[in-house]
Amino acid sequence: MSKAKGDKSPLSLFVPEPECRPGDHPDFGEMLIPEAGAVRMPPVDVEPLHIHDLAYSVIRVLNDDGEAVGPWAGQLSDEELLEGLRHMMTVRAFDARMFMAQRQGKTSFYMQALGEEAVACAFRKAMSKGDMNFPTYRQHGLLIAGGYSIYTMMNQIYSNELDPMKGRQLPVMYSSKEDGYFTISGNLATQFIQAVGWAMASAIKGDTKVAAGWIGEGSTAENDFHSALVFASTYKAPVVLNVVNNQWAISTFQGIARGNAATFASRGLGFGIPSLRVDGNDYLAVYAAAKWAIDRARKNLGPTLIEFVTYRAGAHSTSDDPSGYRPKDESSTWPLGDPIERLKKHLIRRKKWSEERQTQAKAQIESEILLAQKQAEEHGTLHNGPHVPAGTMFEDVYAEAPIHLIRQRQEAGL
Amino acid sequence: MTRMTMIEAIRSAMDVTMEKDPNVVVFGEDVGYFGGVFRCTHGLQKKYGSQRCFDAPISESGIVGAAIGMAAYGLRPCVEIQFADYVYPGYDQLASEAARIRYRSAGDFTVPMTVRMPTGGGIFGGQTHSQSPEALFAHVCGLKTVIPSNPYDAKGLLIAAIEDNDPVMFLEPKRLYNGPFDGHHDQPVTPWKKHDLGEVPDGYYSIPLGKAATMRAGNDVTVLAYGTMVHVALAAAEETGIDAEILDLRTILPLDLEAIEASVRKTGRCVIVVEATKTCGFSAELMSIVMEGCFHHLEAPVIRVTGYDTPYPHAHEWEYFPGPKRVGAALKKVMEQG
Repeated sequence: MSKAKGDKSPLSLFVPEPECRPGDHPDFGEMLIPEAGAVRMPPVDVEPLHIHDLAYSVIRVLNDDGEAVGPWAGQLSDEELLEGLRHMMTVRAFDARMFMAQRQGKTSFYMQALGEEAVACAFRKAMSKGDMNFPTYRQHGLLIAGGYSIYTMMNQIYSNELDPMKGRQLPVMYSSKEDGYFTISGNLATQFIQAVGWAMASAIKGDTKVAAGWIGEGSTAENDFHSALVFASTYKAPVVLNVVNNQWAISTFQGIARGNAATFASRGLGFGIPSLRVDGNDYLAVYAAAKWAIDRARKNLGPTLIEFVTYRAGAHSTSDDPSGYRPKDESSTWPLGDPIERLKKHLIRRKKWSEERQTQAKAQIESEILLAQKQAEEHGTLHNGPHVPAGTMFEDVYAEAPIHLIRQRQEAGL
Repeated sequence: MTRMTMIEAIRSAMDVTMEKDPNVVVFGEDVGYFGGVFRCTHGLQKKYGSQRCFDAPISESGIVGAAIGMAAYGLRPCVEIQFADYVYPGYDQLASEAARIRYRSAGDFTVPMTVRMPTGGGIFGGQTHSQSPEALFAHVCGLKTVIPSNPYDAKGLLIAAIEDNDPVMFLEPKRLYNGPFDGHHDQPVTPWKKHDLGEVPDGYYSIPLGKAATMRAGNDVTVLAYGTMVHVALAAAEETGIDAEILDLRTILPLDLEAIEASVRKTGRCVIVVEATKTCGFSAELMSIVMEGCFHHLEAPVIRVTGYDTPYPHAHEWEYFPGPKRVGAALKKVMEQG
């Protein structure tokens, strides 16, 4: 420690710490949570300057009594909401099965979306065929809500003989151009600027498609987040830039990526990008905000930044134990609740659903998943195979194999 | 046929492909209205409009990342990195993304993208405008790396690069932009306009990636070179009178293994001439390839002439640059041994 000299006092470094760690009593008392319905809905062609307050508030539709209230409510029919509930339940049940499959040694790794199912499922509902997502590893709800086959997803997770990724990618690193799902990287944040580039291409070609970029709050610290905002604002790209703030980046709390100074949504304001902060556990709010931002993009009004405030109720992946870095009961005290429970309550209140039907639907979804799992396992699991032939590892490095790869394949005898 | 500088040939390649394919777009720092700091994109914005040729923010990761997204959409972006020395902020997007997207998606998505950048020294650019980072690209499976040595090749290879369905790094030796510099910095350079290799067709043609060119046929020793060093090697052969066979590799990945092996097996001797730093450089890969494929044909140890393992010094550029004197000495040495 150096000593103070003259009138200069010694400096000290500020290192943010979360409110609570294991053993502490979880406390989200400092979190600003406005009443459902309290935040206004501006027209999509609003001047970004006039909605700075929306980057510091939280757009919410469902209140504690399960009612949909305020200007962002009333956009989805009963049937659509029932379908949304089913999507979220499918994601959760799928995750539970695949998490178990990893624990049983059938694959190497798994990542759940537990607690944040509404974000991807409701967002997908606001998109159109042909639009493109550039997701992270925790947005498989986009695939499930888009009707993608869970059987195919399982084949990928098992790296089996039917894996469309040919056993090259870690589990959950799906890709489907047809379904608007860009290949998952595993390197963080890289997809954010790619989403902007894709959207710029759509604009260059006079197309009508829009893109959605996805990033976790922790990865907003990467330079690709910054370059995405620069390019999106400079060229008014038709893109929705989504920050999923689930509070935790493995063991690192969200304050490390932003300090205690501002919200992630407010990162967009300096770029003149309209920025919303949304209750990510509120299916109706996520849908309404997504629709607002997608409408803006579609009308060539440019990008929108959305921070979805949610909570990663599970571990980061099958490789970490959250009890080592946060209180065990933190999840149950999360003030924005559980997205499935909240939508269920709303539908019951609308007299379109019941606890009984919920129980039946859960059982039915679980049996469908079990059946798909059985079928997938007939085509192999990671450690027991069968896999695609090993020689395919030499394919798709380039469109056509160059001579050095042909020779290496020959040497390998594959 | 027109006599063109390498700059004009590169511009012509972009012009021809933009004319032919509306999916080709060009962007980078200063490339739009101004036409690039080396003027390679001059006139393209005026001709094709600002939606197809435009200025980018000073963000190499952004330029490469956005180009990847555009390529995934279906465009064929050809972007400029102002100097190869500036590419590093975009390196993650190249090594982790562009190079892997075809593979990791099993062909679902592809990245038909070209990344152009001026490379190499000889213009008193100091350590931030003189680097030759080609080995950093050649080491990454999934990228192709091209380094032309003359206007005719530059145009044909750039057209092939833009039309290629994989990401291509296109390194332009900036010391060759205006003439075939042979390393004699104290002598005037013949401009391309007065040189046979400055003869360039106005229209479309392409040169396949992965094929070396024999710039000088010979029987005594094989010289493996690319970019500026091709001309240095030609000068060294001329000045020493050694009957060297000089291969211009043109594309270092994919590499023309067969041409290298055939020539070294014929001559039994090999000198590798590369401007980049030595340790773990592409010269080391070439050395390995010769040892693996031609060991029993060799009559003398293979010699490398490269840049030294120091940053490119500003004032001592010509002591650093592997000029014809050093290459000539290596040719003599390889002939004396064995």
